[in-house]
Amino acid sequence: MPVGGRKQPPVVVEKPEATAVSTISGRSWELPGMWNRMFEPRVLSDYTATGFARIAGLPGGESLEWCYGCGKCVPVCPVDLVGEYGPRKIHRKVQTGMDLFSSDDLWLCTSCANCLRVCPKEVDMTKVMPAVREAAIGDGMVPAELQDVFEKTFRNGNCLGENPRRRNAWTRAAGVPVRVLPTDPGAVDVLFYVEDYWSYHPRGQQAAQCFARILAALDVDFAILGPEEKTLGDSQRVAGEKGLFEALMEDVAATLDKYEFKRIVTPDPHGFNALKKVYPKYGHNYEVSHYTQFLAPLVDKIPFRSEVRHRVTFHDPCYLGRHNGEYDAPRTILDAIPGIELVEMGRCRENGYCCGGGGGGMWLDGFTANHTSERLSERRVREAAETGADVLAVCCPYEVSRFEDAAKSTGNDQLRVMDIVELVDMAMGGTGAV
Amino acid sequence: MVLLKQLPDLVEELEPSPDGTDIDREFIKFILNEFDDQALEEALVTKESSGAEVIVVALDEPEVDQVLYTALAKGADRAVKLTGVPAGTWVPTHLRAAILAPFVRELAPDLVLTGVQSAEDLDGQLASLLGGYLDLPHAAVVVGLEVKDSIARVVQELGSGRSVEEQITLPAVLGIQAASQAPRYAPISKIRQAMQAGGLEELEAPAPVDSADIAIAQVRIRRLYAPEKSTHAEMLTGDPGEVATRIAEILRSKGLVKA
Ligand code: SF4
Ligand code: SF4
Repeated sequence: MPVGGRKQPPVVVEKPEATAVSTISGRSWELPGMWNRMFEPRVLSDYTATGFARIAGLPGGESLEWCYGCGKCVPVCPVDLVGEYGPRKIHRKVQTGMDLFSSDDLWLCTSCANCLRVCPKEVDMTKVMPAVREAAIGDGMVPAELQDVFEKTFRNGNCLGENPRRRNAWTRAAGVPVRVLPTDPGAVDVLFYVEDYWSYHPRGQQAAQCFARILAALDVDFAILGPEEKTLGDSQRVAGEKGLFEALMEDVAATLDKYEFKRIVTPDPHGFNALKKVYPKYGHNYEVSHYTQFLAPLVDKIPFRSEVRHRVTFHDPCYLGRHNGEYDAPRTILDAIPGIELVEMGRCRENGYCCGGGGGGMWLDGFTANHTSERLSERRVREAAETGADVLAVCCPYEVSRFEDAAKSTGNDQLRVMDIVELVDMAMGGTGAV
Repeated sequence: MVLLKQLPDLVEELEPSPDGTDIDREFIKFILNEFDDQALEEALVTKESSGAEVIVVALDEPEVDQVLYTALAKGADRAVKLTGVPAGTWVPTHLRAAILAPFVRELAPDLVLTGVQSAEDLDGQLASLLGGYLDLPHAAVVVGLEVKDSIARVVQELGSGRSVEEQITLPAVLGIQAASQAPRYAPISKIRQAMQAGGLEELEAPAPVDSADIAIAQVRIRRLYAPEKSTHAEMLTGDPGEVATRIAEILRSKGLVKA
């Protein structure tokens, strides 16, 4: 497995050799350096537990001090691969006096949960980091890039600061009618929760249009919330803005209460995670699936018309895979598309590498760049290119823009980044077929 | 006292309204004037260093409640919304100053801060007009402020990298260009607490100052035009040396550099 990043070389302290002379017999011994070390203060006893007190006192912050230093988490941490990071390193730094609340380290974790997968002590950075971040934000410490996104989300209900009234502008070029509940109320089977990037980002809008065409081809009774949709705010929550998340949740729950639908389908693994795992804690329960889970059982019914001759590799989104255990649904769809050859990257499924967008990383590009040798998305794109694939398939709205930028910046222009729905739509004949 | 103003958010393209006398306000979002945000920050910094009371004041403009509650969450002590002003239309700076002046006079604050300018007041007239109406000293383009007793030490930017430091006896009106630190973040939980506590004061706006200036203020807009699009971007390609030579030629031909 390739190792890289801006690593600090290990500090080796050579102890001088010494000669010990017995005061009784007058005999002398040559002592190698490692012996001398034993008579010095040990690094292990060089700390107090005070640094952990405030962190452990926060709900969610308890587990950091459970670490016993086994080091399993470091090689699987995606940030460590391009820098110096990982729960063990954070634990050690706090032990030896680092104030995590004011440290830049606080904002580098992408909440990918790969460390939690291997940690024998269940140190859970996906809970520790949001808790400490929330406290830091309360003390007024928040990176400017993130502050801007929080403010935009609060003002406009989406992280891009776009006008809520334009949330369903993408439907115009969908080629199929898309029902917008506020203007066309009444019961519906599937509520398509579009989320921010599919609503506003040009590449996301294309994917949303593909998905609408697929739903129409499958005769699914679906609708969207249009201008009344607000982001589910999961990444804002993990980035430490719990208050913002709760404010959004109140609005979202009130909106959802107004309409009659059976289930929610969303393309965004982060929003999916919120609806599936976080909303129920506040008493809001919905039947929700990621779009890949919705489509996978229906692949036999998709009217494929042509072959898509591509060698495709697939990137598992952290919040679909590790956070919610879904690895097969996206692969079922890819396997069903005629002509596609699926090749896996070394890091896939449970050990999938992180694109760097989770936990607020999406909005900390400049900040993170100061601490890493390359973007996580760039590292991932190079892995994808190594497989010889010509398409990198994704199923998280954060990833298309991240990986497209990374493919350009790493000189891998031959690699096309496509959402799974774009590949399905292509095999169905695209806009030409509707 | 900090005066805040809402402006159309420029994420959206502005278009003339159907009758052509205003921008189309139906679909646009509003946002706090960024310089007013600087003024608020400077006021809060001043409060922290010399123990002042901060009052934020705004006219009843779209989405202004959230802005006022955010100011309370950041540490302002009072928030006042002046109602009864013409809603949903443009308030020219002269009129704004004439409405605010009697209110400011009544509360008689030691120091009035506002943004040096705004997208609809690029000349930054608000601070000086207010100073005029209230007969108070005023300064614009303020980039540094230190208050001690009734003296404000003010750093004003003069342009071309020059600035001047001066002392002003309070009360005074200042147009703030930049606070001494970036505007702070108010956690949403604090803003919501402030909203739930509901500490927003709604007061009837006083009658505008009666003055000759008001006549000027009643400018009537006959017609707004969308700016004409010009497409004058030229991409320079070739090796860096050639491109550099081209750039130098262009700069010279436009008279932007000598020699
Ligand atoms: S895997 Fe867990 S216990 Fe081991 S070093 Fe990492 S955080 Fe500590
Ligand atoms: S959650 Fe991911 S990024 Fe964060 S410390 Fe663990 S492995 Fe590293």
